[in-house]
Amino acid sequence: MIEFSNYDILRNLLFATQWTILLSLAAFVGGTTVALALTAMRLTRNAIMRTLVRMYVELFQGTPLLMQMFLCFFGLSMLGYEISAWGAAILSLTFFTSAFLVEIWRGCIDTLPKGQWEASRCLGLSFLQTLRFIILPQAIRVATAPTVGFSVQVIKGTALASVIGFVELTKVGTMLNNATFEPFKVFTLVALIYFMLCYPLSLYSKHLEKKFNVSR
Amino acid sequence: MSLVNLHQVHKYYGDHHVLKGIDLDIKAGEVVSIIGRSGSGKSTLLRCINGLEQYQKGGITLDGKEVTTDDIQVRRLALSVGMIFQNFNLFPHMTVGENVMLAPTIVLKKSKAEAEATARAMLEKVGLAEKFDSFPEKLSGGQQQRVAIARALAMSPKVLLCDEITSALDPELVGEVLKVLEQLAKEGMTLILVTHEMNFARDVGSRVVFMHQGKVWEQGDSKTLLSNPQTDELKQFMGAVL
Repeated sequence: MIEFSNYDILRNLLFATQWTILLSLAAFVGGTTVALALTAMRLTRNAIMRTLVRMYVELFQGTPLLMQMFLCFFGLSMLGYEISAWGAAILSLTFFTSAFLVEIWRGCIDTLPKGQWEASRCLGLSFLQTLRFIILPQAIRVATAPTVGFSVQVIKGTALASVIGFVELTKVGTMLNNATFEPFKVFTLVALIYFMLCYPLSLYSKHLEKKFNVSR
Repeated sequence: MSLVNLHQVHKYYGDHHVLKGIDLDIKAGEVVSIIGRSGSGKSTLLRCINGLEQYQKGGITLDGKEVTTDDIQVRRLALSVGMIFQNFNLFPHMTVGENVMLAPTIVLKKSKAEAEATARAMLEKVGLAEKFDSFPEKLSGGQQQRVAIARALAMSPKVLLCDEITSALDPELVGEVLKVLEQLAKEGMTLILVTHEMNFARDVGSRVVFMHQGKVWEQGDSKTLLSNPQTDELKQFMGAVL
């Protein structure tokens, strides 16, 4: 049996952390991209599009992320689409992230006065021009803090990818625990690494919030 | 030839019948004040004229073209109708100059230099040339409203719709905004205003339209009508506001 020194444990965990970070980034980029498109759909006056977005949000907010991952991973394979654990994790985390971001951003956009839309319309701006020049620049200021705050949830959400066999921080933690039988040490380290990833983001989000509130 | 024509316009909010068959004909160069109690449908009427609100029956034409709330239609309308709001609705993330230049650049596709020249001229006209680089939040209410007027004028509209544009202002700031309107009226701009400023309606306006319960109750030459109201409702209203 191989002996694991503390150094070995830490080295393996930190190596796995790269995958956690990579998965978080991919999910966040995917999530914001999809959420942007959904937000634009939701703002149109087309009732069908708005209903579709609402259903999407209800579906992915109303079911556990773990089930979504299972469905993406096992469900898609059963339907004949071969998907890697990595692919399934990114896909399901993108659904999850976008469903929450759409709602967060909706709140931010709704805080802008209706008059901004009306004034733009009266000046002859198209829907997309209004979004680009009037609504988004203002909404982004309001939305940055809660969006950064939500990225913490995405990072923690990646832990679930361990269940479908994606080797990231949590998965390596379980593997090391099986090899060393030192759950307290291993999982404390795992938790600590998550905390070190998330805490700066929380702080940054708070800082942004303050900055925004002062400049108002 | 009429510039704005409303023919038997009906508007409902759900079951609520807001406009009950409005007929109105406005010629170029007229200054029409729409007065009446709150809830009489004055603002709704104004918002129907530029397609911000959908009407259900009747017809509105502007410069001979039919008004609808269809997006492309509304954008074409925006080229000939300007609107000023009670709450200014300036874009807070842009400077005064950018506010005025935005629509000419992206809607009329003017060059930046050309748009800037227009913007500076329009701000000059409302007496705010030196505020070109200020942000709206640094301006007083009266100044913000004058910027809003300059922003609308930069699109060289044929008619300006003013929706209670002095109602959100402190009393001492009302005068500077009305002075700008008076100047525009002198230059021949067609103005349709929903207003509570009776003195302005009498002295500058050419016509007063009194709305009551969703109908044009009484209308006529501003001086005649306001000094000699015919209906009891207008007499009562005048008694309440003066």
